[in-house]
Amino acid sequence: MSAHASHAPNRSGLWDYLTTVDHKKIAILYLIAGGIFFLAGGLEALLIRLQLMYPEIEFVGAKTFNELITMHGTTMIFLAVMPIIFALMNAIVPLQIGARDVAFPFVNALGFWLFFFGGVLLNTSWFLGGAPDAGWTSYTTLALNQYSGRGVDFYVLGLQIAGLGTLIGGINFLVTIINMRAPGMTFMRMPMFTWASFITSGLILFAFPAITVGLVLLMFDRLFGGNFFNPDAGGNVVIWEHLFWIFGHPEVYILILPAFGIISEVVSTFSRKRLFGYSSMVFATALIGFLGFMVWAHHMFTTGLGAIANTLFGLATMLIAVPTGIKIFNWLLTMWGGQIRFPTANLFAVGFIPTFTIGGMTGVMLAVPPADYQYHDSYFVVAHFHYVIVGGLVFGLFSGLYYWWPKMFGKMLNETIGKWNFWTFFIGFHLTFFPQHFLGLMGMPRRVFTYLKDQNLDMGNFISTIGAFGMTIGTILFLINVVVAAKSSKRAPADPWDGRSLEWAIPSPPPEYNFVQTPLVRGLDALWVEKMAGNKGMTPAEPIGDIHMPSPSFLPFLMSLGLFVAGYGFIYHNYVVVVIGVLATFACMFTRSVKDDPGYHIHEDELEEKGVKA
Amino acid sequence: MANHHAHAVLPDEPEKATLEGKNKVLGFWLFLGGETVLFGSLFATFIALRDQANGGPTSQALFDMNLVAVATLLLLTSSMTSVMATLALHKKDLKKIQLWLTITVILGLGFLALEIYEFVHYVNEGLKMSTSAFASAFYTLVGFHGAHVAFGICWITLLQLSATKKGLTVVTAPKFYLACLYWHFIDVVWVFIFTVVYLMGMIGGKVG
Ligand code: HEM
Ligand SMILES: [Cu+2]
Repeated sequence: MSAHASHAPNRSGLWDYLTTVDHKKIAILYLIAGGIFFLAGGLEALLIRLQLMYPEIEFVGAKTFNELITMHGTTMIFLAVMPIIFALMNAIVPLQIGARDVAFPFVNALGFWLFFFGGVLLNTSWFLGGAPDAGWTSYTTLALNQYSGRGVDFYVLGLQIAGLGTLIGGINFLVTIINMRAPGMTFMRMPMFTWASFITSGLILFAFPAITVGLVLLMFDRLFGGNFFNPDAGGNVVIWEHLFWIFGHPEVYILILPAFGIISEVVSTFSRKRLFGYSSMVFATALIGFLGFMVWAHHMFTTGLGAIANTLFGLATMLIAVPTGIKIFNWLLTMWGGQIRFPTANLFAVGFIPTFTIGGMTGVMLAVPPADYQYHDSYFVVAHFHYVIVGGLVFGLFSGLYYWWPKMFGKMLNETIGKWNFWTFFIGFHLTFFPQHFLGLMGMPRRVFTYLKDQNLDMGNFISTIGAFGMTIGTILFLINVVVAAKSSKRAPADPWDGRSLEWAIPSPPPEYNFVQTPLVRGLDALWVEKMAGNKGMTPAEPIGDIHMPSPSFLPFLMSLGLFVAGYGFIYHNYVVVVIGVLATFACMFTRSVKDDPGYHIHEDELEEKGVKA
Repeated sequence: MANHHAHAVLPDEPEKATLEGKNKVLGFWLFLGGETVLFGSLFATFIALRDQANGGPTSQALFDMNLVAVATLLLLTSSMTSVMATLALHKKDLKKIQLWLTITVILGLGFLALEIYEFVHYVNEGLKMSTSAFASAFYTLVGFHGAHVAFGICWITLLQLSATKKGLTVVTAPKFYLACLYWHFIDVVWVFIFTVVYLMGMIGGKVG
């Protein structure tokens, strides 16, 4: 009677991943792609530090140095940490809310491929006549044709394509969290990581369109003779700064909130206590998200906005320290009196707390406008944002990866290598960035490829470069750990950490439909509630039945490929190529909209075989 | 399969009858939230640059009330006809939906034709993208809106064509609903463009 296919289309290997719409596989794709870009960005960082290891050397030279800092910042923010956050969100959020799937599996896949092709486009600039060199913020006029090469076109188009992917990914998570929660999973029972992902997705929705517009304007100026940022024709360069930071400041909270979420989960699990002050945590997260939009001009104190604007933006910025402080105290109070264990995941979480606090403190120092006139564009700023982004976010991501690796891959990461990974990375990190505070205070400007001898800058820079090697070793140890885990034959149990939230109630890795039966949620820390009630697992909210799944599709890949091709058309002013690329994308959209996707069913009898064991 | 669905009894509010439908409607509202920021940024840019004519034609010299009034009339009427289509959707009357949407599309095409005429005219008057910051901001903001109109026309037409085969089902109903929502949104944006770009532009002189 029904036209629905009753079997999963048989796909394997690469083809499976190119066509998948399963959020757990998309998570793996995000992790692999983000990981590769992370290595590229790390290599760039190492080259930067080598150039700065000794004064007045010509290791890479000024031109390459500019390209390296631009690509390092851009790659790390847009192509490394964002996708790894998306990897964890994809792997975990649907499980934590007890959902079978995300709201828009197809859009989810499309989001990944857009990010991927945008990132590849941007990075091919290295081989096609030079990378962008106007800084990761691409300030105009520096980023206009007079002062910068074709590299900035790669920046504009690569980020535009990748940004679209992020935006639709964010919408997918918002709808998933609002509409797809299991029965009983009220908002105030959602795990903190899901909450953080929710607020982060909201920030993405409202922040990314600003940079979309900024990039369009920059593209028009660079490619079509526009005058938005050309003062000679009445343009105004500060417009770019506003648009960039209206996006850029919320972006730093888009990055850090998921890390906060991870830390909340990890600290509570490994203290065997429920998170202290859960509702204040939710409130603080939302407040940080909201305030994140009010403070962008603290990046622009020195543009001459005037005393009143600077004061207001400075004050608004300092306000963010309040909800952030609430969070820090809640983590400490969660640990207080808990039965604390220290596997690698928790080491990173605990290492996160003081490190991020230092970053927050320097942030408040920077938020004082008159003081910022001194710090601005110095290494002090570099130290600040690396304390929050590396010491905060990257520590958080490592913590999350060690914590959820068994869930994602069904294998445990090795704890001995993990501890080495933590300590080398942790010590290397502080060696690298702590001295940069002082280098900045002593007047070392950022984005300059060398410095003079005997200005008291030699020692700090040398130590900083040594530290960078420490972080490199830490990263390599992580890669070794991944290989060791993949090779080991031991399978991870469903619930290796004695976890509290729903993802630990199902096998590792989860079957494609996540939950055989949608679980009934009866409190915060849903699984823990059942454990305390003496139950073996979750109480189901529905009888066992057939499960409907969306079919895989190659269209997301092709659609993104179309835009990728069109991107080159724009960069090389070849409009035939643009038309071909855009038409290909539209053709895919056309196909998608006229051809309904009936999906397929997994039958009850198959469920028993696959799901219940392990 | 199509027939099988078409003859089944459609639930009330067919656009939200399934979880997929509900997801789509919510996702689309959120998408429009993002679009609001997008147009907001373009408006802010335009407002910052509207007086920077750089010796080229100014808005006072160019704009023609009659043309803009007709364009506005067409678009606002099309907004109303798209509401009629939504009402017909709730009555589950596919014929009426098709009728109202056809009118919507024709009005939209008329609007687009006027806009193209307007742009060509301005270029002849010496206002090119590269003439001034005002020109860049004008063409970008109004052109972005125009591109949205063009996209909407293609989208609705495509829906109409595929619905002749598929009929009105819980799968096609959300699509109709969203297309109408989108069309509304474009009209609302136009009201702002009409005010900020044209009315304020014709009054002339610096405001503030
Ligand atoms: C209490 C919290 C924070 C405060 C008060 C704060 C304040 C500031 C201020 C005032 C600046 C501008 C300095 C200048 O350029 O002169 C700045 C720069 C920066 N901050 Fe923060 N910040 C905070 C947290 C964060 C977080 C959580 C992140 C990222 C996860 C972050 C990332 C950055 C970045 C990337 C820059 C430099 C941007 C650039 O110029 O390239 N900050 N911060
Ligand atoms: Cu900021």
